[in-house]
Amino acid sequence: MTAIVDYGVGNLFSLISSLRYLKQDAVLTSEEEVINAADRVILPGVGAFGDAAEKLRESGLDAVIRKQAFAGKPLLGICLGMQLLFEKSCEFGEHQGLGLLKGSIIPMQGTIPKGLKIPQMGWNALQIRRPHPLLQHIREGDCVYFVHSFYASDCEESILAVCEYGTAVPAAVAGENVMGCQFHPEKSGKVGLSILKAFCEVTI
Amino acid sequence: MLTKRIIPCLDVRNGRVVKGTNFEGLQDVSDPVALASCYSEEGADELVFYDITASAEGRRLFTDCLRAVAEQIFIPLTVGGGINSLEDFDRVLKCGADKVSVNSGAIRTPALIEEAAKKYGSQCVVLSVDVKRVDGEFRVFSHGGRINTGMDAVRWIQEGVERGAGEIVLNSIDTDGVKQGFDLEMLRAFDLNVPIVASGGAGCMEDFLTLFREVPGADAGLAASIFHFGEVKIRDLKEMLAENGIPVRRV
Repeated sequence: MTAIVDYGVGNLFSLISSLRYLKQDAVLTSEEEVINAADRVILPGVGAFGDAAEKLRESGLDAVIRKQAFAGKPLLGICLGMQLLFEKSCEFGEHQGLGLLKGSIIPMQGTIPKGLKIPQMGWNALQIRRPHPLLQHIREGDCVYFVHSFYASDCEESILAVCEYGTAVPAAVAGENVMGCQFHPEKSGKVGLSILKAFCEVTI
Repeated sequence: MLTKRIIPCLDVRNGRVVKGTNFEGLQDVSDPVALASCYSEEGADELVFYDITASAEGRRLFTDCLRAVAEQIFIPLTVGGGINSLEDFDRVLKCGADKVSVNSGAIRTPALIEEAAKKYGSQCVVLSVDVKRVDGEFRVFSHGGRINTGMDAVRWIQEGVERGAGEIVLNSIDTDGVKQGFDLEMLRAFDLNVPIVASGGAGCMEDFLTLFREVPGADAGLAASIFHFGEVKIRDLKEMLAENGIPVRRV
């Protein structure tokens, strides 16, 4: 069973629907016991890093997620959920993340060439940097759907794939059992579904 | 590199797609799920559902159809038509919409843009603008392009972006339905830091190539009838664009 962490951030209709479409048993939850009992955990998220990090802290879910991650349970962060896996973000002041992956979140504003629109919104091609079970069903150059204005940096060791948007933007990242997608697999057609499927098949 | 998006737009009345369609092997051409699935298979990068229903019952049928599509089609879905309040945003977002497009509702109540952007994020708020030349000036029209608001289009769109719109759909009334190509001159008049979706005038595949070559600021091309009537297949269109060096997503 997959636990989707519900902490009041973002629209989860598509994520739940896509897992159901894949015939995966998934539950939206904010309860510690359910997350602890799950085989794997998805941390979704849309919006501002500071607000989301605060919500995780207030609810105590940050500790729950960290504990499960340290215990080796597969964890997938999506979009802002991926950004939260890192140590910190400088989105509207400095905020602490979950610190499960080494690196920090920086704005596109001022770090990518002028003339490129912010946010990056649309389909971009994945350039695979190293093989990983999460990407086992996809091919170099497959396109996925991005919507974001901030991105991960100083995270070289965890990068699985990047996309080109004025710079090499980390698109998929992973530590041992902790994985993340900057893009929205639940909005990325068949390619996205195959990434979610791969996550559900991961055994660590 | 970010690819250029191809977006079919479907008009929905009482939960059924209106306008004739010509899809091989498709039994029910007004079934939104079947049509959306066809478009998605062909490589549509996003779908726009435009609710042209006026009644409350029709609205319910629309959200039922939206939910059915969103449960099966996993590409971005934009909803427009009859969006006048935050409750309207909420109603369609709960049923699987990713973006919500406002037009007359935002002209009436410009603050709706920032309220929605604050609550759901700018990425969720699309400002759709119907523009027509009046005495050589670009003017904003409301109510499906029937009423001249007298507003300057360049200024209105700038205001919309400042208020938090994350994407602009620019529909040229002058070229809409004429099928002689997108309104390149009008599109060039807008230099924005948010994505621009060009709408109105697509008549053949070459019109999209001309759009992306001539207007680098255009991120997407939207069309309805040429896709519905099967005049242009999205798969063929993307193949042609790719052969001509335009970055597109292939499926």
